[in-house]
Amino acid sequence: MESVARSQSEIGPGVPVSNDKTLIYRQSRWTRLTHWLWAISLFFMLLSGLQIFNARPQLYIGKQSGFGYDNTIFEIGAENTNAGPRGYTEIFGHRFDTTGVLGWSGPAGNETARGFPSWVTIPSYYDLGTARVIHFFFAWILTTTLIVWLVAGLINGHIRRDLAPRLDDLKRLPQDIANHARLRFHHTREYNTLQKMAYGGVLFVLLPLMIITGLAMSPSMDSVLPFLNDLLGGRQTARTIHFTVMVLLVAFFVIHILMILAAGPINELRSIITGWYRTDPPAHDAKTPERSA
Amino acid sequence: MAKFEISRRKFLTAASLGASGIMLSGCDAFDSQLSIGSGLRSFLENANGLTHRAQRLLGGGNSLAQEFTEADIRQPMRPNGVTAPDDDTYKALLANNFADWRLEVSGLVEKPLSLTREQLMNMPSRTQITRHDCVEGWSCIAKWTGTPLSLLLDQAVVKPQARYVMFHCLDTIDHGLSGDIKYYGTIDLIDARHPQTILAYGLNGKPLPVEHGAPLRVRVERQLGYKMPKYLYKIELVDGFANVGGGRGGYWEDNGYDWYGGI
Repeated sequence: MESVARSQSEIGPGVPVSNDKTLIYRQSRWTRLTHWLWAISLFFMLLSGLQIFNARPQLYIGKQSGFGYDNTIFEIGAENTNAGPRGYTEIFGHRFDTTGVLGWSGPAGNETARGFPSWVTIPSYYDLGTARVIHFFFAWILTTTLIVWLVAGLINGHIRRDLAPRLDDLKRLPQDIANHARLRFHHTREYNTLQKMAYGGVLFVLLPLMIITGLAMSPSMDSVLPFLNDLLGGRQTARTIHFTVMVLLVAFFVIHILMILAAGPINELRSIITGWYRTDPPAHDAKTPERSA
Repeated sequence: MAKFEISRRKFLTAASLGASGIMLSGCDAFDSQLSIGSGLRSFLENANGLTHRAQRLLGGGNSLAQEFTEADIRQPMRPNGVTAPDDDTYKALLANNFADWRLEVSGLVEKPLSLTREQLMNMPSRTQITRHDCVEGWSCIAKWTGTPLSLLLDQAVVKPQARYVMFHCLDTIDHGLSGDIKYYGTIDLIDARHPQTILAYGLNGKPLPVEHGAPLRVRVERQLGYKMPKYLYKIELVDGFANVGGGRGGYWEDNGYDWYGGI
């Protein structure tokens, strides 16, 4: 079993091989396991996080929240108008009517003032204490998973082999963007340039930034790492970054799912569940060196 | 083929967990699993103990909360929670400018204390400009002046079996079935003896106003606002939470908030 984690490029005794030349072992069990642990953790962290945000649906810039002065850059709220209560979302001073989704939502006739609607929060009703319990539990799972992945990925070569950008990647970028735009995917063992950027961006930038800004909001961690908030621009800026990275992670998730659907969901899902992936026939590969989805 | 089976089983578990989460989050079924005392919730709450131990390991007993400058005090301190207690006892004390108010230190101590406001203010004081972080997510910077709690603990001589400091307050926070519930909370002795843990009687250079907990409120600078009770009148040294409200260590804790509020 141990050898399963080894890279395909170092095929040796014990590594699964298939008679079918186009079926390759693409994802090690570490990649598959950590992928699904992240999927579960991020799901619960998002929904509990939106509940936590609802306790104060405003974002500020700086060390503190402006009550006697204005440093609010984002706000979800409700207001009474001639047409009854309306929900609004205000970004950098621009106000949008978001009744029904943000600010004012709920079953018809039973709407309430709340930031994010009940169908995207855990629990569905307002409960900050419970949301924090869930959020911090999965924060430990997420962080532990990231560390396990990092160590495994450095040892088994996954990071160096599959994610580290190379000069070739830069040269391929224009062609790669064109291929994605036309939803024309090549199925090879390697990730293409945009994939490397997306996965690398999430794993080396967004998730670490999420953890760092999360820790910066902890008054106890601030006593251990006082420079953290100074670097980030203050606790309230850290909270704003935390929220912004959440939006970016949701955007990644949406594109990730769309790309899987476009590239062939059965094959893509099989590789992240079993590790095995159907590549394009070799003849095709020989002619088109571009790498794949 | 065995490898395939394991992976598939792993996936099915993960996928069904995720899928059930997605389906349940939109309805009440998931909510009911999260009520206080339920097995799932108690399991998830272990993370708070882990956070507490990890932060103590990293910060030890005496890592200091960040202190700011006068220039950072850009607005009046924001009041929160109870801001005008409606209790007769409190209103009578307030009417007399707290001349009849006493701070009791009792429980697991060798020498119980009963101190007037003047006695407290004549003790060595500490002034600190710190950031108050509310569990809701907002922050506000203000200057607090008060008596270090450690001085009172030394004076009262804490018995070795004491593990927590319990704060008793004068303000009614809730109306329970068996009468009014006055605010209460606990911190461990490490935070109680922390150099920045003070019993504050001054705010931004003036006497502590009623809305902020006059005559005395707690400042525990490495934790969130709900760990810093206002309208304090009694400090009790206890060895556990058995006789503290609902048994979870504080008013908000009994309502589902984590006991350790350092995050």
